[in-house]
Amino acid sequence: MLIYALKRLSIALLVAVTVSLLTFSMIYLSGDPAMALAGESATQQDIENIRRVYGYDQPIIVQYFNWLANALQGDLGHSHYLKTEVSNVIFARLPVTMTLGACALGFALCLSIPLGVLAAMRPNTLIDRFALTLAVIGQALPSFWFALIMIFLFGVSLRWLPITGSASWMNFIMPSIALGYYVTPAVMRLTRAGMIEVLSSDYIRTARAKGLRPSVVLFKHALRNAIIPVVSLAAVQFGFMLGGSIVIETIFAINGLGQLAWESILRADLPMMQAIVLVLSCFYIVLTFLADLLNAFLDPRIRVS
Amino acid sequence: MAERILEVENLTVDIPVGGGMLHAVQGISFHVDKGETLCIVGESGCGKSLTSLAVMDLLPKKAIRGANKLELGGEDILNAGERRMSDIRGNTMGMIFQEPMTSLNPAYTIGNQMEEALKRHRNVSTREARDRAIYLLEKVGITAAASRLSQYPHQLSGGLRQRVMIAMTLMCGPNLIIADEPTTALDVTIQAQILLLLAELQREFEMGLILITHDLGVVARIADRVAVMYAGQVVEQGTADQVFNRPTHPYTQGLLDCIPIPGKTERNKPLGSIPGIVPSLVGAFHACHFAERCQYAFAECVKGDIDMRPAVEDGHEYRCLLDPETCRANAQKRGVA
Ligand SMILES: Nc1ncnc2c1ncn2[C@@H]1O[C@H](COP(=O)(O)OP(=O)(O)O)[C@@H](O)[C@H]1O
Ligand SMILES: [Mg+2]
Repeated sequence: MLIYALKRLSIALLVAVTVSLLTFSMIYLSGDPAMALAGESATQQDIENIRRVYGYDQPIIVQYFNWLANALQGDLGHSHYLKTEVSNVIFARLPVTMTLGACALGFALCLSIPLGVLAAMRPNTLIDRFALTLAVIGQALPSFWFALIMIFLFGVSLRWLPITGSASWMNFIMPSIALGYYVTPAVMRLTRAGMIEVLSSDYIRTARAKGLRPSVVLFKHALRNAIIPVVSLAAVQFGFMLGGSIVIETIFAINGLGQLAWESILRADLPMMQAIVLVLSCFYIVLTFLADLLNAFLDPRIRVS
Repeated sequence: MAERILEVENLTVDIPVGGGMLHAVQGISFHVDKGETLCIVGESGCGKSLTSLAVMDLLPKKAIRGANKLELGGEDILNAGERRMSDIRGNTMGMIFQEPMTSLNPAYTIGNQMEEALKRHRNVSTREARDRAIYLLEKVGITAAASRLSQYPHQLSGGLRQRVMIAMTLMCGPNLIIADEPTTALDVTIQAQILLLLAELQREFEMGLILITHDLGVVARIADRVAVMYAGQVVEQGTADQVFNRPTHPYTQGLLDCIPIPGKTERNKPLGSIPGIVPSLVGAFHACHFAERCQYAFAECVKGDIDMRPAVEDGHEYRCLLDPETCRANAQKRGVA
C-alpha cells in the first residue's frame, strides 16, 4: 500500500512539475512580457526598466525557479490590471468554485449512479431506455445551451430560482445541475456497464448461493466492485467540470474562479490567468491522487499484494 | 431406510435461444439420501451444471424450469418462491462452483465472506461466526486458519480458494452440498486431494453430496451412486458398483472404455474413444440421443423416445432398447465389465 501511494505521489509530483513549467511559459506566450507590460507608447528605455524590475532579463531557468519559489510560498504574482496580489483575488474566489464543483459532482453522482444501477438490474427495459436517453441527451446538449434553457424555464418563466449571483444556496441549484449534468452520462454508462459485468460474475452467484438478501448482493457484493472504476472517472470528470465552470459561472454571473478566468482572458491579465491555471491544475492533481488512494482503499488487490 | 434429503422427479430445463428452444435438461430423476454421495458424470454440455443450478433455483433468468417433484428434506422447493429459497440456500443446501479463482468476492476478506454466510441464517455474534470459520478452515486442511481470515482471495492459490469455498459452504451445516466440477479449474496434482477431502467431510458431517466431476477414478472411490448423463438425459443410474462393474448403457461402456480407472483398467490396454459429436438439443428430438454414436444402434433406436428401464439388479436402471443380457455381453466383449 505504501509503495503504491508513494508511486502515485511521485506521478502526481511529476505532473505538477510539468504543469508548473507549462504555466510558467504562459507569460512568454504573447511574446516579450516586458513589451506587453509597457504598452504601446513606451520607449525602449521603459521596456528595459520593466525588464529589469520584473527580472525578465535573467536567464529563463532562474526566472522559473524564482517564480516557482514564490508560488510555493503563496505569492502568485501581481495583477497589473486589478492592481492587487493575484493570490488575494484567487483565494477569495476559490471557495465559490469549489462549492459549485462539489455540488455539481454531488448532483451528477446522485443521479448517475442510481440510474446506472437500475439500468444494469433491468437491462433493455423502460428504465434502461430512459437512462440511455438521458445520457444521449446529456452528451449531445452543450452545457451552456442547457443552462440557458433552465434559466428560461425556472428563472424567467416560472421564477422559482434566481438567475444570477452566488448569494444564497438557491443560486447554486441551476449552475450545479447545468455543470453536473454534463458529466452524468459518462458516469452513468460506466456504472451500468460495470454493474452488468459484476452482476454476471461468479462471486455474485456465490453470494446468491449463500442465500444473501438481494440488497446485500446488490450493494455489498456488486456495487462495491462496480464502483471502483467510477471513482477514477469521477475524478477526471471533476477536472472537466472545473474547465466547464468558466462557461457556467459566466452565464450565471457567479463570482468564482471560472468567471475570474473569463474576465482575465478579456483583460489579458496574464499573471491572473497563469495563477488560475496553476491553482486549478494543482487542485486536479490532488484530486486524482486522492481518487487513486480511494481506489486502493476500495480494491484490496491494489492495497495488499 | 435412510432419510431422503433430495428427491428430484422429471426435472426439465429449457432455454430459449435464437433458433428455438434448447432442451438442456430433459426429465431427470434422482435422489440423494442422508450421508450419501451421488456422482453425476457425463461430457461437457450434457446439462450437469444446469441440473444443479435448477435444484438451487439459481438458473439464468431466461431458463425455464419444470419438474413433477422437487423436494428437499420433504419440503417442496419447486414452488417455494425466492424468499423461502434464499432462506434455504447456504443454509440447508449449499453449492460449490467450478471456478474458485472468481467465485470469491475480491473486495472482502475470507473471514468477512465466511462469517456473513453464517450470520445470514443464524443469530450468532461475529465472535461465534469467526470461531466457526476458523474451525472449518482447519477442517478443510488450511493451516494458520485464524490469520487466513484477514486475507483477501487474491492472496490465496486456486486450491486454497476452493478449500475456503468448501469451508464457507459448510458454515451453516447444510444437509446437502452440490459440488459442480469443483476441481476442473485446478492443478491436476491437487484435484484428487480436494475431491477426497469433500468425500471425507461428507462422511464426517453425514451430509448428502452431489458431486459432478470428470474424474472417474475418484468417482469409483467415493460415489455411493452414480448417474451418467448424456445430452440432457440420465442414461444410466445405479450404485457405483453397478455402474462401474456392470455398465449397461452403451454410452457408459464407451465412457469407461475411454478413461483409465486405477485398479480397474488393465495396463497397456489401448483406450477407446467415442466417435461423433453430441446432438443439438435445440428443438424437439424423439429418438435415442446416443444412437448416432452408438455401435449397436438399429432402426428402432431413432423411432421415438427411449424410456429408462430396470437392469438386472435393484436400483440399477438404464435408457436403451437393448435388453440387459445383450448389454452385459457387449460390456464383456469390450473389456469394461
Ligand atoms: N445461459 C445459457 N444460455 C444458453 N444456453 C446455455 C446456457 N447455459 C447452458 N447452456 C447450454 O445448456 C447445455 C447444458 O449446459 P451445462 O449444464 O452447463 O452443461 P455441463 O455442465 O454438463 O457441461 C449446453 O448445451 C449449454 O450450451
Ligand atoms: Mg458444467
